Amino acid sequence: MVKVTEIRWHGRGGQGAKTAMLLLADVAFNTGKYIQGFPEYGPERMGAPIVAYNRISDERITVHSAIYEPDYVVVVDDTLLESVDVTAGLSEEGAIVINTVKEPGELRDLLKGYKGKVCTIDARTISVDCLGKYFPNVPMLGAIVKVTGIMDDKAFLDDMVESFKHKFSHKPEVIDGNIKALERSMQEVKGL
Amino acid sequence: MGIRERMSGNEAIAVAMKQINPDVVAAFPITPSTEVPQYFSTFVANGTVDTEFVPVESEHSAMSACIGAQAAGARAMTATSANGLALMWELLYIASGSRLPVVLACINRALSGPININNDHSDSMGARDSGWIQLYSETNQEAYDNMLMAHRIGEHKDVLLPVMVCQDGFITSHAIENIELLEDDKIKGFIGEYKPEDYLLNRENPISVGPLDFIPHYFEHKMQQSLAMKNAKDVILQVTEEFAEITGRSYGLFEEYMTEDAEAAIVLLNSTAGTAKYVVDALRKQGKKVGLIKPRVYRPFPVDEIAQALSKFKSIAVMDKADSFNAAGGPLFTDVTSAMFIKGICEPKVINYIYGLGGRDVKADDIESVFENLLDIAKTGKVDSVFNYLGVRE
Amino acid sequence: MKKGLNEKDKKSLDPNVSWKDITRGGNISSPGNAELFKTGDWRSMKPVWIEEKCKQCLLCYPVCPDTSILINEEGKRVDFDYDHCKGCGICVKVCPFKAIDFVEESK
Repeated sequence: MVKVTEIRWHGRGGQGAKTAMLLLADVAFNTGKYIQGFPEYGPERMGAPIVAYNRISDERITVHSAIYEPDYVVVVDDTLLESVDVTAGLSEEGAIVINTVKEPGELRDLLKGYKGKVCTIDARTISVDCLGKYFPNVPMLGAIVKVTGIMDDKAFLDDMVESFKHKFSHKPEVIDGNIKALERSMQEVKGL
Repeated sequence: MGIRERMSGNEAIAVAMKQINPDVVAAFPITPSTEVPQYFSTFVANGTVDTEFVPVESEHSAMSACIGAQAAGARAMTATSANGLALMWELLYIASGSRLPVVLACINRALSGPININNDHSDSMGARDSGWIQLYSETNQEAYDNMLMAHRIGEHKDVLLPVMVCQDGFITSHAIENIELLEDDKIKGFIGEYKPEDYLLNRENPISVGPLDFIPHYFEHKMQQSLAMKNAKDVILQVTEEFAEITGRSYGLFEEYMTEDAEAAIVLLNSTAGTAKYVVDALRKQGKKVGLIKPRVYRPFPVDEIAQALSKFKSIAVMDKADSFNAAGGPLFTDVTSAMFIKGICEPKVINYIYGLGGRDVKADDIESVFENLLDIAKTGKVDSVFNYLGVRE
Repeated sequence: MKKGLNEKDKKSLDPNVSWKDITRGGNISSPGNAELFKTGDWRSMKPVWIEEKCKQCLLCYPVCPDTSILINEEGKRVDFDYDHCKGCGICVKVCPFKAIDFVEESK
């Protein structure tokens, strides 16, 4: 059976989890993969918990259901750990990546006995330092690419430069900050 | 060949519409089809297309505007979902009865009530007898391809019927997936110019459209319409073959997946077919003889072909993402079983599952449970329950 | 533009037409043909214009639902178009000068 990497995103409406999911689909696509990227379907409301998914594979993906046993989970907001069962079905061979100022060890208790890898990233500090504002999705994208290793670091960054050049053609001044945020998050993600 | 891209099903539809460059698009926003006119209106604003975009005040008006435009001699298109399609109801019949090949993208969504915005097929299934050709699509790619073929089918002189291209709301409409797009010039060459025989704005030979059609004539018009739908089958196959020549992607009236030596088979439409293929692959690895039939052309219904294809199985589950509420099974089930009956194919045991209503996710495990049931029926020849709701909570 | 029905439409209108010969969707390829349908024989009462009493005020002209009051090139009304007048009598009511009589249709 074809190996498909499955990723589940947990965020809050308005934090850009869906955008990060789309960006991840984009970069994986650009490296020649087959991809799926889709949000949990429903009315989106600012602040409400939302879920989004990625499937990434070297071969065509035909499954059209949600993801119940992900290889990786990304939590864009650590306040969700209290209210959402973020590790549900998560593979112990995989990892959970959480945006938090806390250390991985401090979060184990909230993860219902999850025995796999717990990785953390302080997306707020990185975002504020590099972009002057809190956009957690770009650091989270860097972190999940690093943790999954679905593509080479340099190839990923080169691709993102191109992608940002296109996306921010009307405000090129933000490109450097975004790239810096990606680089830093790839270096600073803990628990690898 | 082709352009490697990634986009959602809605964007794929909008891009197909851009490449078709129709004369008129009239649409009203409704989830989950809203993105289609949204993307398309940016193409209009940017001057990428020459289309007259009519932002109407309701779906009733959207279809009315399409009918008017098409009768006037234009290529007209629209997109809608669920209650939007329901609001178009009476006009759907006027488009088909007036033999106007309007093209509509139906982004399938459950009909209210209670209010639900997620996917099932209750909208397009309700319109299955409205005289529209209906093509169903498993993926963004199939939705795009069906859209590009729609005009060639509908505008064919032996057909002249409107065409509805369906795909699953959210599941494919809002999911980014890989797709291969066709170059603009190839599409232009394939679709060609719209040259209707009769149209309102023909100054040399003006016509009247939509007359009162009384007892002496209405019945004869319906006979013609009925024949046009029959003709559509061959035209669809012909157009599909031509499409395969330029794209390498071939489609038929339905897709058969691992059916050759299968004992048990599922018949279903749209995106769940992908999940079913995944399950078929997994069960085949365990040596289980299972297969899938995925109708692409639902109207006209390929009676002979589908009955023939199903004759080789021992057990069949026809799965409907819409209930007919008739105490006699879903729409696909009744069409399939009636086709089998009239072709004298009564050996296979056929059961019905209603599944995924209102967007209830259909997991690989759900499909597997259907196959397990079918394999059991194939072995014992015993059917416990013909009509089933898949995975509903007890 | 006064044209007769073309052959296609004539065939279509025949109450015994086969589905093979009827026009698609009921399209009419010789449009603007209402004048060809003589509705005068629906009439049971008949308006009669009394020329001597008529002051040419033309109040009757706009109220006629069937455009059956004919106007000549000088803008004066002339006699009724009995091929299309259905005998509704509105012109009779509206005439201030009793210049239109209303009588039973008889052969």
